[in-house]
Amino acid sequence: MVPTAVIEARDLRKTYKETAAVDGLCFEVAPGESFGLLGPNGAGKSTTMRMVGAVSTRTSGSLSILGLDPNDSGPEIRAQLGVVPQQDNLDTELRVRENLIVYGRYFGISRATVAKRADELLEFAQLSDRAKAKVDDLSGGMKRRLTIARALVNDPRILLLDEPTTGLDPQARHILWDRLFRLKEQGTTLVLTTHYMDEAEQLCDRLVVVDKGRIMAEGSPLTLIREYSTREVVELRFGSEKNADAAVTLAGVGDRIEVLPDRVLIYADDGEAALTEAIHRGLEPITSLVRRSTLEDVFLRLTGRSLIE
Amino acid sequence: MTASTLARPRRSHRFGTWYVAEHELRRVPLFLVTALATAIGSPLLYLLAFGVGLATLIKTGGTDGIAGVSYAEFVIPAFLCAGAVGTATEEFTFGVMMGFKWNEVYLGMNAAPITPRQIVSGHILYTTIRMAATSGIFLVIALAFGAIHLPGGLLVLPIAILGGLAFGIPVGAYAATIREDRGQFAVIGRFVVLPMTLFSGTVFPLTQLPIWLQWIGWISPLWHSTQLARDAAYGQPEPTWLIAVHLVVLIAEVAIGWALSVRFTVGRLNR
Repeated sequence: MVPTAVIEARDLRKTYKETAAVDGLCFEVAPGESFGLLGPNGAGKSTTMRMVGAVSTRTSGSLSILGLDPNDSGPEIRAQLGVVPQQDNLDTELRVRENLIVYGRYFGISRATVAKRADELLEFAQLSDRAKAKVDDLSGGMKRRLTIARALVNDPRILLLDEPTTGLDPQARHILWDRLFRLKEQGTTLVLTTHYMDEAEQLCDRLVVVDKGRIMAEGSPLTLIREYSTREVVELRFGSEKNADAAVTLAGVGDRIEVLPDRVLIYADDGEAALTEAIHRGLEPITSLVRRSTLEDVFLRLTGRSLIE
Repeated sequence: MTASTLARPRRSHRFGTWYVAEHELRRVPLFLVTALATAIGSPLLYLLAFGVGLATLIKTGGTDGIAGVSYAEFVIPAFLCAGAVGTATEEFTFGVMMGFKWNEVYLGMNAAPITPRQIVSGHILYTTIRMAATSGIFLVIALAFGAIHLPGGLLVLPIAILGGLAFGIPVGAYAATIREDRGQFAVIGRFVVLPMTLFSGTVFPLTQLPIWLQWIGWISPLWHSTQLARDAAYGQPEPTWLIAVHLVVLIAEVAIGWALSVRFTVGRLNR
């Protein structure tokens, strides 16, 4: 028996004047699941997140969050969500711990309870020693962790994360992923958007690939890669002038060849064999790399464009 | 879904206005010293400059404008009202811009169970509390110097606050529509607040102005609140219908500004 979905979107649409930002999305999220929306900037991910977060009214379609319709029950839904927006909107005039306290009060949590909760969350976010610091003195990664701690103040049933690690350095991203992974282990339902395939692979049980407001594919990272890509990829660089010519010579090597402005990709189950064949045909790439397929390749296959432009 | 998860939103839904005000009150310690210095310093300056200095140049007791009271008694209720307008202007310009743009705290509130309507009313409640504190200090000092008398003088406080809201809330509605800061607030200060203060019967009766300038007073919340404050402070002779007009204009300005603020805030937060 599949548990009842905590989020259910049917033909969800949002139109701004003439443009459809979200153009008929259908998806479901099960309790405890970690669900991702993967797509480039402008794909409609943030708009979808705002509708799911019950702060943006849909143009048409149906949407149910925890069994409630956001059109009728915005505050009731929001009371059970945790939201990490793309831009941190912490109150920079308040100190770190105070930010958690005022936010907890919005959910009707008593001052005594919220004070205790704030200390637990600071611990979780590894910010206990910064409790009295000014928000502006925190690093980008710390601000992000504070925003996540703030989103957890009401013990939410669903945590919405809009590009949680965009703009963070690799170390800060890994600390953040570790925290999010702990939440996932505790059974918190996570819904996140990202344009980083490594992030999606790390955190998502299941994801939809979104482009221009539409779903292009759906599945677990592994099944998507299996379905839309080969096991391995060979990346060859010949210099920007010569990539297209090299692709002609490469015809027939591997399953599929993709020519990008800066490199040629050969999709093959055995990357080493494909590379040997390329060299056998007399090609002399400046650099060559054999790697495993990622969601980036899935996206490229589905849309003909790369995720980060 | 359990009953307890549903009970929480309802509670927060009811008290959302207060939670917003509580959040804003927590920021006060940040500027408490400057706020106190202004609240205590400005009435003292006004009393010295106008009550002691300028008063020596002005004959009172005989003219029709200043009926039988000292110049300080005439001018201090007006400055009390102008002070409330000043506090309100600050909160409904920079305060609103802070919430929407500089700090985006309104977006955070709105992601929680707080509604745009509660954000508007919470900010109004907070500003009312702030005006009550600063104008209250002003009133106490004015009472101590004998520029305002009990018991009627106590009414000056709610009147000044009403005047502050009548000017501030419509300004807040306008601020809610501003996307880019291009110095609009400086323009409001120079071309709205300053002329309003000069031509609202603040330091001389409105009737002293030529008729073609008096309209500024009629639409100015500051003139209406100042007149009401003088009615309360020393029983300035005014017909009952005019007192009613003052009240109606002020309440209408609050109501229209409030409705527009809610509309613009909903529009801006629900994208």
